[in-house]
Amino acid sequence: MITVLILIPLIGAIALFVGRPANARTIALTFNALAAFYALMLWQKFDVDLAALQLVERHVWIPSIGAEYLVGIDGLSLLLVLLTSLIFPFAFLAQKMDRGFSALMLVMQSALYGTFTAQNFILWFLFYEMSLVPAFLLIKIWGGENRDRAATKFFLYTFLGSVAMLLGFLGIYFARGTFDFAQLVDLAKSGNGLLSGKIAWFAFAGIFLGLAVKVPLFPFHTWLPDAYEAAPIGVSMVLTGVLSKMGVYGFIRLLLPLFPNEIKIVGPWLLGLAVCSIVFASLAAWAQTDLKRMVAYLSINHLGYCMLGLFAISARAASGATAPESTSSLIDMHAALSGVFMQIFNHGITAAALFYYVGLLEQRRGLRGIDDFGGLMQRTPLLCGWMSVAMFSSLGLPGLNGFIGEFLIFKSSFAVAASFTAVAVLGLLFTAIVFLRAMQSLFSGPLAQSCNALVDLTRSEKFVVVPVTLLMFAIGLAPQFLFHIFNTTVITMAGLFS
Amino acid sequence: MNPWIVTNLWLIPAIPLAASLSILSFNNARRKTAAAIAIVGQIVALTMSILAFLPTLSAPGFRAGHNFIWFTFGEQALRLGWVLDPLTAAMLLMITFVSLCIFVFSIGYMAADKNFTRFFAYLSFFSAAMLGVVIANSLLLLFVCWELVGLASYLLIGFWIHKPSAAAAAKKAFITTRIGDLGFFLGLVWLYHGSGTLLFYDGGRGCLENAALLALGGSATSIALLIFCGAVGKSGQFPLHVWLPDAMEGPTPVSALIHAATMVAAGVFLVARVYPIFSLGAINDVTPSLTVVVWIGVVTGLMAALIAATQSDIKRILAYSTVSQLGLMMVSLGVGGVAAGIMHLLAHGFFKALLFLGSGSVIHGCHDEQDIRKMGGLRRLMPVTFITYAIGMMALSGVPLFFCGAWTKEEILHATSHWPKSQAPHYLIMLGVVLTAAYMTRQMIYVFFGNPRAASEHAHESPPVMTRPLVALGFCTIFLGVVLTPAWPWLHDYLNGETARFDLTRLIQPMLFVSLALVIAGIGLGVLMYRRVALQDRHRNVELDPLESAQPFLFRFLENKMWLDELYEESFILWSRTAARLSDWMDHYVWDGLVRGFGSLGQLFGIFTKGVDERAINAGVDESVGGARGLGRLMSAAHSGQIQTYLGAVAIGMVALLILYAWLA
Amino acid sequence: MTPTLQLFLIASAALFCIGLLAALSRRHAIFILIGIEIMLTAANLNFVAFWRFGPPTQQPTGVMVAIFAIAIAAAEAAVGLSLIIAVYRHYRTTNVDELDQLKG
Repeated sequence: MITVLILIPLIGAIALFVGRPANARTIALTFNALAAFYALMLWQKFDVDLAALQLVERHVWIPSIGAEYLVGIDGLSLLLVLLTSLIFPFAFLAQKMDRGFSALMLVMQSALYGTFTAQNFILWFLFYEMSLVPAFLLIKIWGGENRDRAATKFFLYTFLGSVAMLLGFLGIYFARGTFDFAQLVDLAKSGNGLLSGKIAWFAFAGIFLGLAVKVPLFPFHTWLPDAYEAAPIGVSMVLTGVLSKMGVYGFIRLLLPLFPNEIKIVGPWLLGLAVCSIVFASLAAWAQTDLKRMVAYLSINHLGYCMLGLFAISARAASGATAPESTSSLIDMHAALSGVFMQIFNHGITAAALFYYVGLLEQRRGLRGIDDFGGLMQRTPLLCGWMSVAMFSSLGLPGLNGFIGEFLIFKSSFAVAASFTAVAVLGLLFTAIVFLRAMQSLFSGPLAQSCNALVDLTRSEKFVVVPVTLLMFAIGLAPQFLFHIFNTTVITMAGLFS
Repeated sequence: MNPWIVTNLWLIPAIPLAASLSILSFNNARRKTAAAIAIVGQIVALTMSILAFLPTLSAPGFRAGHNFIWFTFGEQALRLGWVLDPLTAAMLLMITFVSLCIFVFSIGYMAADKNFTRFFAYLSFFSAAMLGVVIANSLLLLFVCWELVGLASYLLIGFWIHKPSAAAAAKKAFITTRIGDLGFFLGLVWLYHGSGTLLFYDGGRGCLENAALLALGGSATSIALLIFCGAVGKSGQFPLHVWLPDAMEGPTPVSALIHAATMVAAGVFLVARVYPIFSLGAINDVTPSLTVVVWIGVVTGLMAALIAATQSDIKRILAYSTVSQLGLMMVSLGVGGVAAGIMHLLAHGFFKALLFLGSGSVIHGCHDEQDIRKMGGLRRLMPVTFITYAIGMMALSGVPLFFCGAWTKEEILHATSHWPKSQAPHYLIMLGVVLTAAYMTRQMIYVFFGNPRAASEHAHESPPVMTRPLVALGFCTIFLGVVLTPAWPWLHDYLNGETARFDLTRLIQPMLFVSLALVIAGIGLGVLMYRRVALQDRHRNVELDPLESAQPFLFRFLENKMWLDELYEESFILWSRTAARLSDWMDHYVWDGLVRGFGSLGQLFGIFTKGVDERAINAGVDESVGGARGLGRLMSAAHSGQIQTYLGAVAIGMVALLILYAWLA
Repeated sequence: MTPTLQLFLIASAALFCIGLLAALSRRHAIFILIGIEIMLTAANLNFVAFWRFGPPTQQPTGVMVAIFAIAIAAAEAAVGLSLIIAVYRHYRTTNVDELDQLKG
């Protein structure tokens, strides 16, 4: 079942070279539709009330090093699979792309499906790295200005992180002899933890570094603005929409359950880093004049909220064991996990949509500086209107999708670290300032000379924009259908952490 | 069993919202349909509000609601809901009615605008959001609608988006109120953490009911103050009032809506709604949080009244008067006069809408001129506007007996006089009342009396579609004046959940005379100072305001809004901008620099190993190759090809071996 | 004068030196070959002498080695002579000073 899902984009990538080059995007989209359909089937088959991994496939692979082919999904994996299936078609529709481009995108898609479903470290790591190479090539070959530098920085930085993570895992393997996530988690829960002494700290640091670079967490974020800026728009959408979620996924799946004791000790520092991510990234976004860079920085900011929620969980897990108000702490933990999951999904949609709109503006105008536009509202009211929805969603306006995740995250983190939360809330203010400033200089004022010939949304663009916006509203108003997917997983995980 | 209206209360905001969405899908050509849909939506909402009002009359302290699950996270369900109680019902009536008048007025006022349909969509949305705030039975739902109110105000203030000043004002409004909202949000989260629920009333388990309040304990003060931050932002209290006057950049009906029925009322409403949190643990009705509310209110009220006295833009004067009146309401809430504050809010909604629409009519008549120094003599040119405006002005100033503002102001004065903590607010408010009467008189004299000046010479009365709402609002203002008499304080008791008794003696009480004296003093002061303005010649604009000639520095200080905007610009805004630039710089040079540093370390190592490679290893191999070649050359010289040489060498070797052997042996 | 080992060894050494001198000093290839043969004879003489005066054994080991060496020397002389003839045919000389084609 899941293997087929992973294979579909790969087959698509091969099929691209069978078909005519002119049809590349159509073929890619067809395979995307197929994958999306398959993902929906997974959702349909998935039993939301079961706590265990579902649709598991287990095959012997390389027994000598403990590598197994083991895939399966729980609520979190399913959520991310759905997100991947949603973002990729969206990205394919965002720009023209030739055969090689489409093929690499499909390979990346396959790798992402693999990353989100693999349950054995070796397999997971394989997919994890497999997504990196197409991303690097896509930036390097089809990117904009500074693409060489950005691509190299992106690759080296994330790769270095991956190497650190691999070393960390090797340390674990030599100590405990398994790569299976579930077994590792059991080991970590039992008795005296997974590892002890210095080796535990080295493994923790290695894995933390790898994931923190991927997310990215302040101060490991500097590759991101360059990479997102240089990447072609479709790739930026995927990078922010899905790839950045791999790091968060890793934190939830690996770091938090495997190293509860270490996190307990460094918890306050991690919270501090998350708050720095939130505040500094939104401030830096304010100082940007390039729209793409601005959105990129806000991406860091939004992932900072995820990190805040996650570290709040671990801090809570640290103190909650003995606290008398354990039911309330359990609720907070549920809130944090749910909030983080929501935030992952919503940020994926919203940030991808923002990049999409920036891409539309850039296609029309040829430039994407914040000062290159003016008075667009008079010329392209529809574009402005729909784009504003995405912006308001991103700044956390209630009624749109962004708010729910942030609310739950802040609720839980406030319970643990009120002062950190109070500072983090500033991020909401700065985000609002950033977007309103952008809206002011793009949409309002007299129509700029250079924008005279800009066209409003075309029919095919509307076809893309409307469903996505409707989805934002749907999640914002009636989010239950998403919560439904991962509620059981949340409860299971919370049991794991406490 | 709840009445039908309680379970379907959500329809009241939903219908204008639906109207708004359906209008948005129209193009600009279908103006009539758009206006019709908006107005029908509002009429339906008004009708339902009346329906909702009726059951609340049935018993004192009526309260019914309906809660539902929004979503569940983990095992916890997050519930929202709506509630119908006297506070909600009264606010619903006021909002729907005033909005309806404003909608009708807008048909005339905005007739020439090319984005007419969009305007009505936004108006409907605004009213829907505000109705949502009012019916919410959950602080979260209230917050959601609260933010939507902010969004609507952003859209409407920036409606003339081609004007950079309008766009800037809209941005300022949104951001300033959002600063307050951050506090509100933290308070909300804290309340949720402390009480475990965000529902106001939930059969004894809501956060405004005793059990949860007790659980809050000492944190209630902080929560209340954080929530109050939100109210400060939305209701334009000091120090976040700066957005309100700038919000005048929007079309006049929007100003009316913001200042009367919706936005600014939300803050006062919020404080009234969560009043149990504010008053938790009160000794003699005094808690630290309420004391803060009082003093913020006093500062705001006085400061705004002073500034209003020096402005020359007809709408700005009204804007500052709104700020000042809101301060008054806050004071009233703070000293414990919740009912008085809400009554003033309701009454203020009517007469401030009337004043704003009147000013809109004046602006319309004077061809978009807003400077009162260029008007004058409109009394004869725009009679309907004049009469209704005068009613509004007298209500705002608090002329007793026939105008609603008087009774409510008197109630507030009454409430403050009983505040145990200090009498200062009481007297400061009195000063505010005098100032209010004075600056409204000044405005009346400039606009309506004397001879027409430059802008008002060709003024004309507005079309009926604009004057009829004025008349309706004027009528209501007077009607409320009758309804609100202290002789039969049913609204007061209705809000407090008590049964009213008729008692004529309460009409005659010392406070009545005090407030009468204050109003007369204010109007008298205004007439005295601005008498000469009315008597001025035609064709002459006023060069100097009488106050300006008397106190030039003070006048300039107030005219420039105490330079608060400039102060903020130079402090907070500058600081945060610097912080933004700084973090960008840090990103570029420090964090990225570190990364680049690591990269350079790697490069350095590369250069080093390259050096080692070239200098040591490569060169070593080269050298040894050279050496070998030299040796070879040397050796090949020995290979002379002379066999006897070879043999000789062999022989020498053998002899050497022999000698060695002998020596060893 | 009884024959002693020493006497044989001295004779053998003298023979070797004569052979060596011939091989080193003569220029004609054939004389060099003769010199080499003389040295071989010296060696054979040594073998036989050591066998004769060594510890008494029944096997004629020293004589056998000497006979082998003589056989090989004959073969060697045949090869050497034929080489010299070939060299002479090619270079028209047997003077080894002129035959330095093996020079490195």
